[in-house]
Amino acid sequence: MNKNAIIDLKNISVTFGNNQVLKDLNLYIRDKEFITFLGPSGCGKTTTLRIIAGFIEPDEGEVIFEGKKINGVPPHKRQVNTIFQRYALFPHLNVYENVAFGLRIKKVPEKQIKETVEEMLALVNLTGFNKRNINSLSGGQQQRVAIARALAVKPRVLLLDEPLGALDLKLRKDMQAELKKIQQRLGITFVYVTHDQEEALSMSDTVVVMDGGVIQQIGTPLDIYNEPKNAFVADFIGESNILDGVMIADGLVDFSGHRFECLDKGFGKNEAVDVVVRPEDVDVVEPEKGMLCGVVTSVTFKGVHFEIIVDIGGFKWMIQTTDYQPEGAQIGLFIEPDAIHIMKKSEYSGIYGDYSSFSEEFDELSNAEEEVEE
Amino acid sequence: MNNRSSLGSKLVASPYIVWSVLFIIAPLIFVVYYSFTDAAGNFTFENIMSLSKYAPTFLRSIWFGIVATVICLLIAFPIAYIISQKTEKVQRTLVMLVMLPMWMSFLIRTYSWMALLQDTGIINNLLGKLGIDPVHMINTSGAVILGMVYNFLPYMIMPIYSVMAKLDHSMVEACQDLGGNRLTVIRRCIIPMSMPGIVSGITMVFVPSVSTFYISQKLGGGSFDLIGDVIERQFQQSYNYNLGASISLVLMILILICMAVMNRFSGDEEGMVI
Repeated sequence: MNKNAIIDLKNISVTFGNNQVLKDLNLYIRDKEFITFLGPSGCGKTTTLRIIAGFIEPDEGEVIFEGKKINGVPPHKRQVNTIFQRYALFPHLNVYENVAFGLRIKKVPEKQIKETVEEMLALVNLTGFNKRNINSLSGGQQQRVAIARALAVKPRVLLLDEPLGALDLKLRKDMQAELKKIQQRLGITFVYVTHDQEEALSMSDTVVVMDGGVIQQIGTPLDIYNEPKNAFVADFIGESNILDGVMIADGLVDFSGHRFECLDKGFGKNEAVDVVVRPEDVDVVEPEKGMLCGVVTSVTFKGVHFEIIVDIGGFKWMIQTTDYQPEGAQIGLFIEPDAIHIMKKSEYSGIYGDYSSFSEEFDELSNAEEEVEE
Repeated sequence: MNNRSSLGSKLVASPYIVWSVLFIIAPLIFVVYYSFTDAAGNFTFENIMSLSKYAPTFLRSIWFGIVATVICLLIAFPIAYIISQKTEKVQRTLVMLVMLPMWMSFLIRTYSWMALLQDTGIINNLLGKLGIDPVHMINTSGAVILGMVYNFLPYMIMPIYSVMAKLDHSMVEACQDLGGNRLTVIRRCIIPMSMPGIVSGITMVFVPSVSTFYISQKLGGGSFDLIGDVIERQFQQSYNYNLGASISLVLMILILICMAVMNRFSGDEEGMVI
């Protein structure tokens, strides 16, 4: 496959009881890249991570590390290390001993252990914490110890299982930047698992969007955001209005009772498609100048912009605008050709993209987004 | 408000305070009182001074206690570990099996070992049928220690198991992840993290082993007198409450010293013992 690949997963399937967690998953991870598995809980992202770590053996498929099959190789013989969700630091050891743990197992000489531990603690900004008790540290500090402990044994690949989930927003932002910096400085591969799309977009070189044990899309953060492959990806990454449309011809699409120019090509004539319009890509104009017309049904102030819900022929759009529009106002919408993204119909068509049930379900669905915007 | 709540808490606590005074503090005062008086009630050091002749018995009791505790620990640790690795349903069943012998009287269990170990007992009968010469087992120090281990083993298994069952499995994974094979995981992760259970298990086996009196009489045939037997005789046969009390007092102090030494070795697991 790819010459740069450090890890290669081929046709991986995993079943727990009656529940198929991963379905014929294929993925390669390039050396030195920051790759993120992104998806809702139960999508199989943590299972994939644990397969790479060696804690789970796939029922089918091959795990290849630097060209060698490592199925059946126990975790302690793999050149990968994990940052666990709740850090899993050893409470009976102090900070120094926690970081030294892996080195002691490897029987590294004491002098070298001391050097490495000091270096690692400096890397995570915990110099001087050597003798501290684990339980006396804050969540963020414990997180740093966990990172230092895993990096001390010089892994080729660092696996991070939702490492920032337990931290508050401010700390999480800081740690995101810091993790990215550490990854670039050390030049090792990071495999990161998260359900937070904002985290995934801001840190990763490559994002793998997963749902239902299947990879939905692999790409750079920009690709994933701008060219979502299906309604699931469009909805999970950011906010999306997803509409049923019909491709009239190359560069011409019909939805919401209007024909729009767009940039997409290569669909069949009159093919039914999903159309994605991001809330920030819609311009609010006078009703008579709009391509579409609707009534504002709700307005929420979000700081940077207003989030308004507009009813257009029964379909509720979400639009982000800096101009205040009162509830009940008639407004027009103007959409540029490059704001329209066309996707093939998929099993997710029709499930996402309508904001009529905005208040309750929306909050639940995109908690991560909400927190970020607070 | 403050006053009333403290009055309330006093009321709630009062039964326990009365209980402790009646059954813990008062008996201790009696023990101390009898230790330092003679039969007529006069103050004396004579009881304490006369104890030197029991020194070998004291030593033997502590030695047997240590041996029984170590054997219990060696048996209990793997059992507790194995139980803790099972599914919850299996765990419950296995824990019940561990507790099962304790549903029978201590005396009956010890009698049964007599029947098993005797020169003409069940084991030797079986060996005889297999054409093997009888083995002398009853009335040996081994039989006494066997009795202690058998009787007190559950007290070692339970505390260790209950700590292990609560261990966060991700710690074990972290240890494997950092390069630990199975042995390393047990040595560097499971044993240190089970320490609170191990310490309380050791206490719960060592204390009753040192002070036991019945096992040595039945399985040791009187040739392995333990300090518990001596105390029992002072009260039951010689009616020398003063000497009995002073032996008890010294035994108590010796046990406390042993526990203190062990606590020192087990690090900062304070509060786990007694």
